[in-house]
This record gives sequence, C-alpha cells and structure tokens, in this order.
Amino acid sequence: MPKFILDGKEIEFEQGQTIIQAAKKSGITIPHFCWHESLSISGNCRVCLVEIEKMPKLAIACSTLAAEGMVVYSESDKALSARNAVMEFELINHPLDCPICDEAGECKLQDYAYSHGNGESRFNEEKAHKDKRVPLGPLVMFDGDRCISCSRCIRFCDEIAKESQLTFIKRGDRVTIVTYPGKQLDNPYSMNVTDICPVGALTSRDFRFKARVWELSSTKSICNGCSRGCNINLEVRNNQVLRLTPRQNDEVNSFWMCDHGRVNTYKFINAEDRVDSPYLRRKGALARSGWDEAFAAASSELKSYSKNEIAFIGSPYATCEDNFILSKFATQIIGTKHMDFIRHFNTSFGDNFLRQGDVTPNSFGAKAVGIFPGKGGLDLDGIIKAVKDGQIKAVYLMEDDMIAFNPELQEIFSKLDLFIVHATNFNKTTELADIVFPASTYAEKHGTIVNSDGRVQRLKPAVATFDVDRALEGMSLSRWDKFGTKFDSWAEGNKRDARSSWRILAGLSGAMGHKYKYGTAEEVFMDIAKSINAFSGLDYEVIGELGAKLKLDSVTKPVIA
Amino acid sequence: MALKRRKKDLTFLEKIYIPEIAKGLALTFKNMLKPKFTMQYPEEKFIPPPSYRGRPVLVMEENGLERCVACGLCSRVCPPLAIEVQAAETDREKERYPIKFEINMLRCIFCGLCEEVCPEEAIVMSKDYELAFTNRKDALYGKDKLLTPVKQLQDRINFLRNYK
Ligand code: SF4
Ligand code: SF4
Ligand code: SF4
Ligand code: SF4
Ligand code: FES
Repeated sequence: MPKFILDGKEIEFEQGQTIIQAAKKSGITIPHFCWHESLSISGNCRVCLVEIEKMPKLAIACSTLAAEGMVVYSESDKALSARNAVMEFELINHPLDCPICDEAGECKLQDYAYSHGNGESRFNEEKAHKDKRVPLGPLVMFDGDRCISCSRCIRFCDEIAKESQLTFIKRGDRVTIVTYPGKQLDNPYSMNVTDICPVGALTSRDFRFKARVWELSSTKSICNGCSRGCNINLEVRNNQVLRLTPRQNDEVNSFWMCDHGRVNTYKFINAEDRVDSPYLRRKGALARSGWDEAFAAASSELKSYSKNEIAFIGSPYATCEDNFILSKFATQIIGTKHMDFIRHFNTSFGDNFLRQGDVTPNSFGAKAVGIFPGKGGLDLDGIIKAVKDGQIKAVYLMEDDMIAFNPELQEIFSKLDLFIVHATNFNKTTELADIVFPASTYAEKHGTIVNSDGRVQRLKPAVATFDVDRALEGMSLSRWDKFGTKFDSWAEGNKRDARSSWRILAGLSGAMGHKYKYGTAEEVFMDIAKSINAFSGLDYEVIGELGAKLKLDSVTKPVIA
Repeated sequence: MALKRRKKDLTFLEKIYIPEIAKGLALTFKNMLKPKFTMQYPEEKFIPPPSYRGRPVLVMEENGLERCVACGLCSRVCPPLAIEVQAAETDREKERYPIKFEINMLRCIFCGLCEEVCPEEAIVMSKDYELAFTNRKDALYGKDKLLTPVKQLQDRINFLRNYK
C-alpha cells in the first residue's frame, strides 16, 4: 500500500483517497465542517487547511488526494494559524446563541472555537441578521443566523434522500438556506440534516428544547420501526426516552435513519397508558393483581383446556429470546401445534433506501426461533377460523395489538373463553383479554432481533423497570442518574413493573410445575445458539455493537407479501 | 531548658480572692460601656453586605419575566446537583425560557457557581439566609419563590460587575 507522512506518522492509503479520508481511517481526525464521509466533497469551509511540503500554498485536506511520499503537516504553525483565521472568519457573524441553541454540547463550531479559536473577536461591527425560527418542513427548524453555509444539508437531500429540496440563495454574508419554491423539507429522511448540520442551524422540532444533550444517557440499540433494523442510540433522561439518533453501521444504515423511526417509535415507551402490573378480569373489568396471583390464575385456566383447544401467537415485535421461550412453552408445556405470528406489511412504507415494507423489527427472528405451526397445526388464518368455529377456546398472544391491526377480529376474539395477552400498553386487544401481563418494551430489555437481511442485532435496556435496575444491570448512566437519590424528582422517573416476555413465560411455566433454568436473556440466547442451526456459533459477544449475520442457508427468508 | 516547676499551692493574695474579683469586675464594667454587637434576632435582622452569598434567586425584569433562558449551565455546574431546569419555547425574541426552574435548598451549598457561570446574569445570590424546613417538599423552591425583582438585587449585581 502506498504511504504518506502526516505530522511525522506514516499513513497508508488507497489510490484515490483524500488526505482527510486516509487520516480518518488511521484514527486521526483533521478538523472539518463541510466534509462528510458519505457526501460529495464541497470544499467550502476551509477549516481543514493543511501544510504540504513543496506546495506553495496551504491545501484543503478534504479534497487533496493523498500521494506516495507526500509530507503533510496538520499541526504546524502555518496550518494552525490558518485554522485560527478560518475560525475567526466563521465566528464574525455567528451569533452568541449557545445558551439557547439545542446544538450546544455537540456543536462542531463550539468545539473548534474552544480548541482553535482565539477566544476573542476583533469584529466590533454589528453582526449580520437573518431569519430565525424558520420551519423548513414538518420536522426541521432552521435558524439563518447560525448557518455557516457548509452545504451539507443540501448535499444530503440531493445525494442521499434523492429529493432536491434545499438550496442556497443570495451571496456573500447574506447567503442563506431556503427550500425550493413550492417545496418543503419533507422527505422521509429529512431529520438526518439535523445530525449532520455542524451547528445548530437545523434542529429537530420533535426534540427542540426538551433537554440539554449532556443530560442524556445514551444506549446503543436498534430501531423497531421496520425490518431494516437501523442502528440507533436511545437517549434517556429521568427514565424517559427523549430522542433517538442514528448510529453508524455501514452494513445496515450507514449514518442515517428515517423520520418515522426517529419520531414515531419511542413515544409509546413513555406513554401514560403503559401496562404497569399484571391485570386480571374481575366482574367484567381488568383489575390490578400481583404476579403470583396472575401466574396462578393463568396456569389453572390454561390447564382447564385440552391442548388442541389452545393456540399461541408469537410476535415480530418481541425479541428472539421472547419468541423462543414462547415456542418452547407452547410445544413442551402445553403441547399444542397451533402457533404462528402476525405479519405486518405496509408496502407503501418500503422504499429502495432504508425503509422496508415489513414494518416489524423481528419477523425473521420470530420465525427462525420456532414461531410456526407444528405438523398438522394451524397457522394464523387457521387459528382465526378455528376461534370463529369454537374449536379453539383459548389464545395466548404475545406483544401484538392484533385487534387494532384487523378490527374484524374483535367480534371473533370476543368469543374466546380464555384470552391471555402480553402487552406493553393498554390497547384494543387488552380490552378483550382475560389476563394481561405487562411486557417490557424494546428499550427496557436485553435481547436480539433479526433484520430482513438475516442480521442479528442486540437490544440493550435504556429505561429502568422493576425488572432491570439501572446500576445493577450496568445500564448507561447520566450524571443525574449517578448522583440522584430517591428524594430527587428528576432522578428515577417513572418505573413500571414490566418484565421481558420470556421472563413472564418462565414465571408462568414455574407456576405450571415446569421450571426453566434461565437467569438472563443471554442464557436464553445460548440455548437458541445451541438448538437452532442458523444461530450456531453466535453469542452476545460475537454479535457485539454492530450485529452478525445468521447462517442464511439454514433458514428461509420470510417472503414479503 | 529546665522546666519551671509549677506551684502547687495558692499564694496569700490568691487565697483571699478579693483582687481577682476586682480585676474581673473591672473588665465587666469596661465592656458595659463599649458599643454592643449582639443583635436581637429575630426581632432585629442582620442585613448582609453585597458580597454575602445567601440563597440563589432568579432575576425578574421590570416586565415581570425572568432573564433566564434555560440554558442549563447552572444546573450542569452546580456541584451538589441542586438545580433542575426544564426549557420550553416562547414567542419572545429569546426563544427559550424555563417552564420549570427548581432549586433544592437541601442540596444547595451556597457556593455561587451558578451565579458565576450564568451567561445572562439571571441567577444571583441573594441576602436571604432564613432557610428552615419541616419537610423535604418545602425545600424545593420553584419559580414562584425564586423570581425576585431586579431592584432588590441591584447591589449584588453591581458587586458582581465590579468583582466577578
Ligand atoms: S444549515 Fe447547517 S448543514 Fe445546512 S448549510 Fe447551514 S450549517 Fe451547513
Ligand atoms: S428505516 Fe426502518 S429501521 Fe430504519 S429508522 Fe426507519 S423505521 Fe427504523
Ligand atoms: S449556589 Fe452552588 S450549590 Fe447552590 S444552587 Fe448555586 S451552584 Fe448549586
Ligand atoms: S445559567 Fe442562567 S440562563 Fe442558564 S439556566 Fe441557569 S439561570 Fe438560566
Ligand atoms: S472540510 Fe475541507 S473545506 Fe470544509
């Protein structure tokens, strides 16, 4: 491999790489505003100026190709004074908005002003004024004063979202960003511009002013909005999820996530209508009960039906661990063959970038770990028909609002003699249920899900429940989490008495006289890896932060209807 | 140096006590005539100088609004985590304001760092030192108790401008 020298260090590069790219690959970050790894090169901010031997002038590292034997200095006096000068220029018209700006704490301009600025401005004249608080679209707010005209947002729309919606108008110090006439910034990926905008010119209208970024704890997780399984960070304060941000994974979502995933998939976690303890139907209404009481009730009820009268419905929203234990419970303890899960397809949601028509995160995994009818057993349509005909008298449903999904089922399922449901929130389905178990959401448990490419990825708890303790579980802690006491209103937030579905099933099987020996989700996964071919060789360590592929030839990919 | 042996017994003069009593009374009479420092608290109140750090308060402008823009810096810097700020949006020019601002007076150690870090001169140390509670809830001071008219805080603000 060819090499060049950067600040005295030998750096390997591939032909065609720029200095900044090659440096980044070797773990050295040259300051930059306008350059972004997956966007085209614009070269307008000049903060990446470096000194190159035998070149008469400084050159920008983001567009200068690395060449064999090149000697580059990014920290020489000349390079540093150029960087300071560029910072001074950038700050001439930039407002002192940090106290009211949401970007503060994760702002490149702030960081570089701190590390490279002079700490003082020689500019006494009045700063340029532009429009503030301009809604560019339903989800993104623009502040003209703060924009440093790097054009990242424009290039994102043109090149990644493939919908040209933003552009510069005017010149010089009056240049600003607008949407094209008659257009809005409303592509399905629009909020990614708030992540890549190096300053606080573009902010999320969903997260605006909700919290300071340094108050949030951040947990690496996976979006549950569709079967793409974009890698995300769950950002939490006071036990409430306040925002989701994309996490780089080149195999899945690169740097991006869609707006639906970002704004619509976390609010149910914080919602008022969470199921916060087991419930039993008494005199027609659901009433709160203890765990042991609910297990005893479910166990004696289930025992009063013959195995062919009971059907199990797994969930493409639940983890592999949850579905695996459900399938074991159904086949080993109850002994029924009637088992399936509900496919949720929305072909209009899918596109040819990230979004997938299968709008559940784990239908691949649910099937792979055994949620399908046994030989001669009924599939979903069969189960529904048998419920209608009265052959199936009891249904055990895990984490799916099937009545909202298909309102016609309301009448059919109200015929059931026994309907046991695991649910995160009260919904149309729990209205019909006889026993409701409170299930943890994807943000409250350990587990794995499999995306549409057969990639197993890890969920980790970010929100504490009675079941997972923030400190004991090694969850990510903010300063407020670390030092809060039970007397501080901001310290622990709302905790629910919810459990992972597999743990609920393990408890219930105990009540039925058959104890499962799993202590943690990881132990369940070890068993999956042992007993299911596609998962062999995998463990939580191997899956890591970026996931690992299943052995694809041994499972059939679920077909998209 | 050889240690001086301490006397075991009282001398004659010491034994009759009278000179010692006279000495003591002389001191008493001398002090009776000096000006008094003792204050009859709580009937009489101590008014501290501007350099005094009493409980932190929020500055209320003449129009009745707070100066605070809910930047959260005081909350971040506060060593014992006494301050909780929740921001929200307003139509005013400074688009951000604290919809909730709470100081837990049981946590506060009167260090004055919040005052020092505030970019808006919106939180200052007052002269109020009378803080006694009978339960934890009463010690949570919300905006209603924190907002103080800027006029009452003028000498602290002047002090800060001179010495901060
Ligand atoms: S809005 Fe942000 S991303 Fe767009 S040009 Fe301005 S600074 Fe760059
Ligand atoms: S594409 Fe799918 S997985 Fe990715 S962010 Fe959107 S909903 Fe979530
Ligand atoms: S005076 Fe010190 S301890 Fe008290 S609120 Fe301010 S920063 Fe916190
Ligand atoms: S530092 Fe000042 S402006 Fe910022 S939140 Fe505290 S009081 Fe308000
Ligand atoms: S990063 Fe090179 S010019 Fe902007």
